[in-house]
Amino acid sequence: MRLRRVALPYLLILPAVLLELLVHLVPMLIGIGMSFLKLTQFFLRNWSAAPFAGLDNYSVAVDFDSAVGRSLLHSFLVTVAFTVLTVGLSWLFGICGAVLMQGSFRGRAVLRALFLVPYALPVYAGVITWSFLLQRDSGLVNHVLVDQLHLFGERPFWLIGANSFWSLIVVCVWRSWPFSFLVLMAGLQNIPDDLYEAAAIDGAGWGRRLRAVTLPMLRPVNQVLVLVLFLWTFNDFNTPYVLFGKSAPHEADLISIHIYQSSFVTWNFGSGSAMSVLLLLFLLLVTAVYLVATSRRRNDA
Amino acid sequence: MREPRWLPWARWAGLGLLGLFTLTPLYVMLTSAIKPLRDVQGDFHWIPTTITLRPFADMWRTVPLARYFANSLIVSSVAALVSVLIAIFAAYAISRFRFPGRRIFSVTVLSTQMFPGILFLLPLFMIYVNLGTALGVELYASRTGLIITYLTFSLPFSIWMLAGYFDSIPTALDEAAQVDGSGPIGALLRVVLPAATPGIVAVAIYAFMTAWGEVLFASVMTDESSRTLAVGLQGYATENDVYWNQIMAASLVVSVPVVAGFLLLQRYLVQGLTAGAVK
Repeated sequence: MRLRRVALPYLLILPAVLLELLVHLVPMLIGIGMSFLKLTQFFLRNWSAAPFAGLDNYSVAVDFDSAVGRSLLHSFLVTVAFTVLTVGLSWLFGICGAVLMQGSFRGRAVLRALFLVPYALPVYAGVITWSFLLQRDSGLVNHVLVDQLHLFGERPFWLIGANSFWSLIVVCVWRSWPFSFLVLMAGLQNIPDDLYEAAAIDGAGWGRRLRAVTLPMLRPVNQVLVLVLFLWTFNDFNTPYVLFGKSAPHEADLISIHIYQSSFVTWNFGSGSAMSVLLLLFLLLVTAVYLVATSRRRNDA
Repeated sequence: MREPRWLPWARWAGLGLLGLFTLTPLYVMLTSAIKPLRDVQGDFHWIPTTITLRPFADMWRTVPLARYFANSLIVSSVAALVSVLIAIFAAYAISRFRFPGRRIFSVTVLSTQMFPGILFLLPLFMIYVNLGTALGVELYASRTGLIITYLTFSLPFSIWMLAGYFDSIPTALDEAAQVDGSGPIGALLRVVLPAATPGIVAVAIYAFMTAWGEVLFASVMTDESSRTLAVGLQGYATENDVYWNQIMAASLVVSVPVVAGFLLLQRYLVQGLTAGAVK
């Protein structure tokens, strides 16, 4: 009886543990192992025969004089710029939406539900719609910018060339701002009314209340929200894959797409794994630094 | 507490701009789905010149949409169902038992959520291919393989959300049930589960949505017979003509189930999704 009580919680978590082992933890360890192998297409069916490569895959990936290393660095920098802009805009739109939604007014519930639709939509359905909007000849974007507002003499391409970077940001912000809106609205609801009333009695106007009460009280919510947005955006594969198809434009070559491409086009899984491990190390480092930095600031305050 | 006089104006301007940005693509999806092909190939028109329901009939023939739909439905439902079952047990353990390893388990499970999918994709692809050759189990390019993969995607969040729900149910309730002679499992089934029904439904919807929308693994781990909507919808774009009206019609049809489910249950989902962030 006692033994059963001790064993019970372990039995309850056993299925979850087994699945996480099979799909996440074991593949991760294998991935780390693969990154040390010369794992090319010849060894796919029998990859235990692949020769040991030591750190070769890594040294090629970070050798910025080689073509592989240079394009990886380019893709990394594109991803950093893309992530900073997308997370910043998603947060900004989210906080504007959430603050303006405060209080009660007609149509609030309907508007709130409509704002959430891009988040609820399957990624591919929303992004395919955007790729229609961004078509050069038949899309809405060029119709508005060129035919109606006459901002460009010539119809620009939005899905190839330098513009594709900005298209990707717009589509990603469209998809992810409802999430920050959702989280920030929940955060706002948890701020006690007394704080606002006390601030109002002290003579604080609307803007001062926003700066002195709302934003500081949202800090713990922001800490998690920005981290989650960062990880999602940095790892985003679905949006560029659906928007551009199999070949992402050079200017919008996000890191996930880049690794996918270089793995499945060349079938060099060893080098692809090494790049994935480098990506993971980078994400772990950023997350750790971010958590330490934001927690210390919170403790000081 | 008085609102400044300009606030209502700022509210409508700000929310109006956000609304325009958010809703324009949805408007285009809706209106293009009822346009004839020539109207989506030439210049864009805000208002359809002709209205037709043909795209909704033709979209099933241009690509085998019905098969993709069935595959998505089977994969997503089974993954959601199994993932909820597993999450219920794990969340109950976390919420009601204090055992060595509890913290490590929760942290590990949650942290898998942040790892890039591309990191698992290559090894998992290799595991499935090699398990297939070694054991004769068809995992690669099969619905089973996809189901196993997807149910672990929603598992971390599901466990986290359900543990939060179970925490909010007073333990006095299950203790009372245990005094009446039920074991811990009896208490879970008879007391905790009925009280947590909204949370469980929300978690199931979340798991379904996750599987329904996944693209990366679907693009690698499926073949023509197990292809899901996520990859199948791109089939319209590889023909000589791009049938944008049919793509929009198909996007609309595949979105309705998940958007409806999300909006109906958004209150519970929002509670769960944001519980951790707000806490």
